[in-house]
Amino acid sequence: MVMEIVCPAGTPAALRAAVKAGAHTVYCGFADETNARNFPGLNFSREEMQEGVRFAHAHGAKVLVAINTYPRAGAEEIWRQAVADSETAGADAVILADPGLLDYAARNHPDLRRHLSVQAAAANADIINFYARAFGVKRVVLPRVLSVPEIAAINAETDVETEVFVFGGLCVMAEGRCSLSSYATGKSPNMNGVCSPASHVEYRETGDGLDARLGGYTIHRVGRDEPAPYPTLCKGCFTAGGKTGHLFEDPVSLNAEQLIPQLAKAGVTALKIEGRQRSRSYVAQVVRNFRAAVDAQAAGQPIPQGMLASLSEGQATTTGAYKKTWR
Amino acid sequence: MNETHVSIPEVPPLLARPMALAPLAPLSLSLNTFARAVARNHPGLFRRLGEHAHAKFVLDPTDLPFVILLEPRGGAPKVTVRRRSAQGDARIAGPLAAFLGLVHGAYDGDALFFSRDLVIEGDTAAALALRNAIDDAELDFAEEAARLSGPFAAPLRRIITLTERRMGICLSRPPEELAW
Amino acid sequence: MELTVGANQFFWKPEPWSALYDQLAQAPVDRVVLGELVCSKRLPFYQDRIPAAITTLQKAGKQPVLTSLALVTLKRERKMTAELAEMGVEVEINDLTALALLPEGAKFSVGPLVNVYNESTLSWLAGMGATRVCLPPELPLEAVRTLAQAGRDLGVAIEVWGYGRVPLAISGRCYHARRHGRTKDNCQFACEEDPDGLDVRTLENRSFLAMNGVQTLSDTHACADHQVETLRDAGVSALRLSPQTGDFAGLCALWRKRLDGELAAGAVAEALQRAQPDIRLSDGFLTGASGTEWSGAQASA
Repeated sequence: MVMEIVCPAGTPAALRAAVKAGAHTVYCGFADETNARNFPGLNFSREEMQEGVRFAHAHGAKVLVAINTYPRAGAEEIWRQAVADSETAGADAVILADPGLLDYAARNHPDLRRHLSVQAAAANADIINFYARAFGVKRVVLPRVLSVPEIAAINAETDVETEVFVFGGLCVMAEGRCSLSSYATGKSPNMNGVCSPASHVEYRETGDGLDARLGGYTIHRVGRDEPAPYPTLCKGCFTAGGKTGHLFEDPVSLNAEQLIPQLAKAGVTALKIEGRQRSRSYVAQVVRNFRAAVDAQAAGQPIPQGMLASLSEGQATTTGAYKKTWR
Repeated sequence: MNETHVSIPEVPPLLARPMALAPLAPLSLSLNTFARAVARNHPGLFRRLGEHAHAKFVLDPTDLPFVILLEPRGGAPKVTVRRRSAQGDARIAGPLAAFLGLVHGAYDGDALFFSRDLVIEGDTAAALALRNAIDDAELDFAEEAARLSGPFAAPLRRIITLTERRMGICLSRPPEELAW
Repeated sequence: MELTVGANQFFWKPEPWSALYDQLAQAPVDRVVLGELVCSKRLPFYQDRIPAAITTLQKAGKQPVLTSLALVTLKRERKMTAELAEMGVEVEINDLTALALLPEGAKFSVGPLVNVYNESTLSWLAGMGATRVCLPPELPLEAVRTLAQAGRDLGVAIEVWGYGRVPLAISGRCYHARRHGRTKDNCQFACEEDPDGLDVRTLENRSFLAMNGVQTLSDTHACADHQVETLRDAGVSALRLSPQTGDFAGLCALWRKRLDGELAAGAVAEALQRAQPDIRLSDGFLTGASGTEWSGAQASA
């Protein structure tokens, strides 16, 4: 069976590009704080979502709507409305993280398929099966802290489908369990759908290079003509105990393309590509590449060598936690 | 690792230098006409800018002897061409071809920025909003120019054809399936 | 308001580990959470001391509570989590995995590392048997108010992070090991050298974070000194204090006086800064524009 590729769309144009490039499934969100890529100029209005679902369905692709931030106390209606509007738009599933919202969706929209977002950081079979029992969750997006053997072990103990990240930005921390961003800027992935937000980023050309500051803290410095990664907190440059460097993670991005056969063997259903903030040309290029890879995998052929390096942050890639030595 | 770094063409100095002497008013005027036409055909672009629809953007094509001050003004855009100095909320600098490639979906904004082909200063959020809104609009400058009428239409179209042919700069949207 | 002492987030040697609970037995606190929150590899070093610490606390009239691990991935960790309930004391879940493994119908409390951001989640947890919830430290005051009200209606006691370095993130990767060029499996317990966490500074040499194995904390010590009355009026029933080296029982006594109205707003912060002049405080998650902010005067970073 061909592994499903789940592709990002930050805009309707990116959705169309992803579908045309061969995405089996596209995921996107509404233009507000209900999703974890609440970035300036991105995401879908209600009309755009309906139109996007129509376009995808007409081309045989599915649409998942990410409503994966944690609803704000006193304002839960905004999130509930997003669930209702996803069902109206004809979405194939919603991707949720908050137990309260999952409970609400299971009770009020029982026919709308529910996926568990990576933001819930469900990292073992016990909790995954618990989400399935409690809220009828059909698929879980696994946190990026697990190795391939651990993913295989999870699949051996659950009937819930698993989806794993294979390309793009890489969270070093357990997703949905990180307040680094709100500590420095007041805006967090869980509450606002942003991490290290652009509104708090400041680039400064200095005599011999470029400084990147986040919330007033200088967390990156590069020389002239060196690649300039976005100043995401956990990939910043810090000093601890007399050692300076990328103490948490290097400014690399994930590329697990070559691990596709192992992930298939581990029982993974779907491969997820990060990057709703990237352009339609990027999305199309990555999707095309991964579609070729999963088609090759299904046909028992070797995975084509990647051509994606220059699209990656800092232009270096890692296989992340999938290999145990990453830890 | 297979590096496939794109190399971005620059406007040859032989072409750029005369522009330093040419009067800027006609250029400002034609770009204004052009921007207003784009605004009419793509109202969604300004909706997508959201809270940044009234920001001031300084676009600095580093291979040309002028900068462009772009004020979206919530859908009634104004474009002014200046010799060098212009104050804005966000400044985006890079070769003209990078800007045009971005507009036409030939390049990815993040990738251009990581590689330092484009440099953002000032209000990063506004710059990102502009980039994302433009990416979604699927603009095609050549097509937009072809739709124009009036005194500036013909010269603008001539400039576009000439620039594309002479410099390999992307002034129209490539057929997307092929480009990738 | 009551005082709860949270789980010790750091890796202490067995003797100081026991000494903390001997001290707390004499301190004016109501509940003490103990056990391993951050890394399962640390537990064998002091596991055999937990029953005695529980007995000491119980004899002194304190309620002992056992914490679950913050991030459960390995088989061994799942087993460890399932065994928590067998100790016969209340369990504080800090990963929903513990909830999945608790005996049906058991009452439990919820720690600061579980994402309780809204009334629906609070109500769902109450329905599952939660009697007490310590809210995530990043929640702003308005959200605390709304949830304290909802907690009162549901019969769930609401607790707020009152003092200590704030847990900001948990990872699969061990940063202490990484800093020493080792992998997590061969960490050689590097985190033991930093019983209050290792300072992480920015490129302009400003204090920013603290490293604690797989956990990342704030450099600042969160301090709700200026919000005590507001939190009490909102219906918050307890403040949580996070253990640190030094005279922690004395620190608890200071907070007790503050809650009893014997000390005015700002007095705890002043006393803390007098005792540790280079300590940096914050209350920005509750009332500021970002977590790092502080209502009072700050030592320089």
